[in-house]
Amino acid sequence: MTNRKQGLTIVYLILLVGSIIMVFPFLWSVLTSFKTQAESLAVPLKWMPESWGFFNYKKINETLPFVNLFLNTTLMVIFRCIFSVFLAALAGYAFARLKFPLRNFFFMMVLIPMMVPGQVFILSQYLIVSKLGLLNTVTALVIPGIVSTFGTFLLRQFFLGIPNDLEEAAILDGCSIWQIFSKIMLPLTKSGLVSVGIFTALFAWKDLMWPLIVNMSVDKLTLSAGLATLIGQYSINYPELMAGSLIAIVPMIVLFLFLQKQFIEGIVTSGIKG
Amino acid sequence: MKMVNQQHFLKNRKFTTWFYGYLFIAPTILAIIVLYLWPMVQSLYYSFNEVKGFQSPVFVGLDNYERLIQDTEVFGALGNTFLYALLTVPLGIFISLITAVLLNTNIKGKGIVRTLYFLPVVSAPAAVALVWKWIYNNQYGLLNQILGFFGIPGQDWLGNPKLALISIAIVGIWSMVGYNMIILIAGLQDIPRSLYESADIDGAGPVRKFFNITLPMVSPTLFFVSVTTVMGSLQVFDHIYMMLTPESPSFKSTESIVYLFFRYTFQNYNKGYGSTIVIFLLLIILALTFVQMKLQKKWVHYND
Repeated sequence: MTNRKQGLTIVYLILLVGSIIMVFPFLWSVLTSFKTQAESLAVPLKWMPESWGFFNYKKINETLPFVNLFLNTTLMVIFRCIFSVFLAALAGYAFARLKFPLRNFFFMMVLIPMMVPGQVFILSQYLIVSKLGLLNTVTALVIPGIVSTFGTFLLRQFFLGIPNDLEEAAILDGCSIWQIFSKIMLPLTKSGLVSVGIFTALFAWKDLMWPLIVNMSVDKLTLSAGLATLIGQYSINYPELMAGSLIAIVPMIVLFLFLQKQFIEGIVTSGIKG
Repeated sequence: MKMVNQQHFLKNRKFTTWFYGYLFIAPTILAIIVLYLWPMVQSLYYSFNEVKGFQSPVFVGLDNYERLIQDTEVFGALGNTFLYALLTVPLGIFISLITAVLLNTNIKGKGIVRTLYFLPVVSAPAAVALVWKWIYNNQYGLLNQILGFFGIPGQDWLGNPKLALISIAIVGIWSMVGYNMIILIAGLQDIPRSLYESADIDGAGPVRKFFNITLPMVSPTLFFVSVTTVMGSLQVFDHIYMMLTPESPSFKSTESIVYLFFRYTFQNYNKGYGSTIVIFLLLIILALTFVQMKLQKKWVHYND
């Protein structure tokens, strides 16, 4: 029995050390964001700031147009989510439940982009956006995200899991396909729809290369990319940069904390039963 | 009469189904053709052309590929990318698996621990890279100061060409462990409990149970994780872009193949050669995925 207790202690110890390593960079950036520059450069290091003023948050707000960046990011995320969830639901349902010629051929088309590195597409996507005269607009940020191949794949998995009987009963009741889709199937895959939405938001939020390519002016960038423009120029003022980083991290973490269950469910569904 | 009606109904139903099927997939398929399949063809086409700045493409046959196989910069970047993959994939998967197994036991507070491990996954890479850059700072950084407490001399983690890639790999592992851990936990939860119960009756210890039950049963998930992680690590860009500028002394020993592609295509506007580099990366990823598919027969255990 003591053996078992010892084992458990080791397990807790490993997980504790791991958790500290995972959280430490975040804690450190929170602490740094409240320090003056002199405090942040102190040797030996000072763990705590003297006072907890928000001056770095005010200063970074003057360096970067955070209100604009936040607005751009939010608009991009919302539009990408609306488009990709709706289109993925339609296509995912068709691929899972409707029989039509060449269905598998078309589904292959959905799978190909998932197996090819994203950089293969990015040049043409840029040229399309450029030809449409959309460089330096929020629309440019949205465009490659209007369709989600991963979402289509994921929702197909969800629709495949719904029992046949429901659909057959609806057909006998004289429901049209659109009615079956919108009244019966969609409500049943709510958690799938939410996880596609979350994933779309996460990918959009984390993407760096696309916004940096299509939008040159800082006030048309996303939070993440806006922050990236500060490298080099502001390599010394870390307290300010940490404040900026936290502004770029917090919304996603809040979203994750609220929608944790769907987040994880989405990963699990997509990851295992391929 | 009734039979005919029913046949008619069924036939109608069939064509209605076709109609809805095509209608539902049309926007997705159109978008995929425009945003993915056509761009793939275009990248391939550009790789056989010289496309500089805003000039129209000039067909040069295999010139770009000839240049590529002689380009030491490409092979340098490729070497860095492979080294990065070698540093992050095995260690990252190992740590994810250990954590997943530990969190799959009946312990208190596992929800909180899972959340903590998952935080880096939901954070913007730009923010993550900046924090780590500050931790790695050779004069005032946290890491060197902590090492100083123990009397270990500080290092220039990002400026030293020998250390920079390792430093970036550590951030890479830190960022991905949570994601792989969640997938592996899902795989572990699919293992029937009865297997462990009968092993208990046979008197098997935890180590034997791990190697004889857990590992083979979770191997399909492990395979999925390794394929996606290899793919991801070969596309490393964000952290390097954020942590090192081209002026850094260690840039040559950290520049990845995607960074090289980015520089050629969008900074030097040499789209032809940039496309050749990315097609080269595509071929490498396809080849590695193929090898992994072949190798899986040796170690992946499928139940059905």
